[in-house]
Amino acid sequence: MTDATANPTPPSAHSGSLLVQDKLTKKRNAAEARFKLYGLTAVSLGILALVLLLASILSNGLSSFQQTFVSLDVELVEAKLDKNGNRNIDDIKKVSTFGYAPLIKAAVEKAIADGGIEIEGLTAKDAAGIVSKDAPAQLRNYVIANPEKIGTTINFNLLANGRIDGYQKGRVTKESAELDSNVSPEQLMLADALKENGTLVKRFNWGFITRPDASENRPEAAGLGVAILGSLYMMMVVLVLALPIGVAASIYLEEFAPKNRWTDLIEVNISNLAAVPSIVFGILGLAIFINFAGLPQSAPIVGGLVLTLMTLPTIIIATRASLKSVPPSIRDAALGVGASKMQSVLHHVLPLAAPGILTGTIIGLAQALGETAPLLLIGMVAFVREYPSAPPEGFFDPASALPVQVYNWTQRADPAFVERASGAIIVLLIFLVFMNAVAIMLRRRFERRW
Amino acid sequence: MSFVKLTASTLAIAAVSATAAAARDNVQVAGSSTVLPYASIVAEAFGENFDFPTPVVESGGSSAGLKRFCEGVGENTIDVANASRKIKDTEIAACAEAGVTDIVEVRIGYDGIVFASDINGNGFEFTPTHWYKALSDKIVVDGAVVENTATMWNEIDPALPAQEIQAFVPGTKHGTREVFEDKVILAGCEETGDFEVFKASMGDDKKAAEKACIALRTDGRSVDIDGDYTETLARIEANRDGIGVFGLAFYENNTDKLQVATMSGVVPSTESIATGEYPVSRPLYFYIKKAHIGVIPGLKEYAEFFVADEIAGPDGPLAAYGLVSDPELADTQAAVAAESTMN
Repeated sequence: MTDATANPTPPSAHSGSLLVQDKLTKKRNAAEARFKLYGLTAVSLGILALVLLLASILSNGLSSFQQTFVSLDVELVEAKLDKNGNRNIDDIKKVSTFGYAPLIKAAVEKAIADGGIEIEGLTAKDAAGIVSKDAPAQLRNYVIANPEKIGTTINFNLLANGRIDGYQKGRVTKESAELDSNVSPEQLMLADALKENGTLVKRFNWGFITRPDASENRPEAAGLGVAILGSLYMMMVVLVLALPIGVAASIYLEEFAPKNRWTDLIEVNISNLAAVPSIVFGILGLAIFINFAGLPQSAPIVGGLVLTLMTLPTIIIATRASLKSVPPSIRDAALGVGASKMQSVLHHVLPLAAPGILTGTIIGLAQALGETAPLLLIGMVAFVREYPSAPPEGFFDPASALPVQVYNWTQRADPAFVERASGAIIVLLIFLVFMNAVAIMLRRRFERRW
Repeated sequence: MSFVKLTASTLAIAAVSATAAAARDNVQVAGSSTVLPYASIVAEAFGENFDFPTPVVESGGSSAGLKRFCEGVGENTIDVANASRKIKDTEIAACAEAGVTDIVEVRIGYDGIVFASDINGNGFEFTPTHWYKALSDKIVVDGAVVENTATMWNEIDPALPAQEIQAFVPGTKHGTREVFEDKVILAGCEETGDFEVFKASMGDDKKAAEKACIALRTDGRSVDIDGDYTETLARIEANRDGIGVFGLAFYENNTDKLQVATMSGVVPSTESIATGEYPVSRPLYFYIKKAHIGVIPGLKEYAEFFVADEIAGPDGPLAAYGLVSDPELADTQAAVAAESTMN
């Protein structure tokens, strides 16, 4: 009877030939084609938005991973750094960074003389200005760590000033320098000359990942170190608190709780909580954790607690969904061979639901990682330069966070911070992509379908 | 069970919290976003040159900072509030109520407010009258109060270029707005004599007349910017006819994009503001809780370092960034050293 199914019933007289579509079919087919087109347009709009976003961030921010350095031979003059000549560390510490600036000025002058560079109209002050204002601090830290080196000449790799760095990256041009009160065309000419003889080089900038934030005077020295640590600490707090609480709550609600008005009420509230704007949790955090519990301001522990509150509903909802998707036959089988309710849940249901729970947790964490608003109220949107110490004490030290750093940098006056902010977004995106990739991998690897 | 372990570690953290929360060794600063760049420059240099940790500086606005400052005395309250205006009597009262009685006021210098437009556009020479006539919601024409309908700058004064009126002014939460209203709009209102007309029409009510003067147009000619100066700059880049209100320091960092307008014939610069020739400027302050001095390590050192000649003096990094150095800095230094409080 195979040919009976292969041959459809003969077309009725009024629909005509199979090969020629009638009006109604044409209309239906056209509607389908249009619908597909709408869908395709929606998808391409989405992709276009993503491409534009990525292109703008990458074009602005990739350059922040490169930085211009000037290699200078700096003479650590004993008369200036250690007047008594006794290498007493307390005396050496009395020389502030302002006392180190002349050494750099002299070193730049020497580099110009040695290189045989002559630029008309370049003052000594301007010449020294091509080195970052961070350089004296670098020198001072070195001298305090190695007081025996005073009196010798040491080669230092110093950061170049933000505008000179901008010139190497094409952000600053000789035309814009004419108008710019912070850099002169002569300084750019000097940078060209130093680049030619290899003193000034652009290379990969680990400092962007490891260094702390810097003030507006030295965008070239600003980095993400404190922000990355702060975000990491907060995520640790969120993970340690939100996962057990969330899983315990969902197991109870899903497996043990009686179905009555109270559990319904709790359920509705959890769903509502998931939709509460995050700033509300910040207000709560300020009132409870800082003002009432007396926890320190600007600390990752408070940030972590606030983000825990925010992430909990996400985790509970995801966990309950994955518990629900475990077929009842598994529970019945476990109970059937004499397992207690708790044994059936802990030995059978929970392991089967684990991939879903982990995925939900990671997505919740990723959401928390990108959150700024609640941190605003608990003092984490701040200028923090000290690295927090190792946990657990570090949880109570002031720290910043990645999205906060982006927000802070976009508000700074110096245009060099725009590049830094985009660079920070790239780092944040890498973290998010990594976390989401782990979530997808866990799901692919361990998920079971029934 | 893995989550049993996790819960145990949670408890461990909670236990540590009781001990670690006890001592704070860094100075906490919050307040004005205008003072923030200066405070962060000082904090950075302070951390480099002293054995104390770098102070943590938050922004959020003068009012928000002073509100947190007045929350009380103790380690989980801030030590220093930055402000782009003087502390108000109501705030001092609120402070006293919460137990913050001894406040040290420190004036760090002056900040200029400048009017700047796109570098490739027209140049402007303003007077306060121009701004009042361009932006005030109601103006006086032939003795009668009427809606302001001016659309072009040259309608206000033929000497100004023929350009659409489009101003980006700081939003009401900014301390800068108050200065803009007081020293530009209100000054223009008084200059033109409109103030007297408003006052007469309101039954000699000075406060109401002032309010009428500084009420800005709502027809889109004047746009409030609630964000920072970076937003104002972005608006001007999008709309070349726009004129924005900026801090002098911000302008000085973006001289390749903006041109500055003169006010009453004076070009704003640190010099002209220091001499008082340029009219639109205001003092910047920070306030210290005296009760925290000696409790929070480095607090007094930070305050002294902030007003030291090498930092806040005319050749220091703050002046290089755009702060107009205070000619009476020596008095301020003495006051900080003596920890003299406000009355």
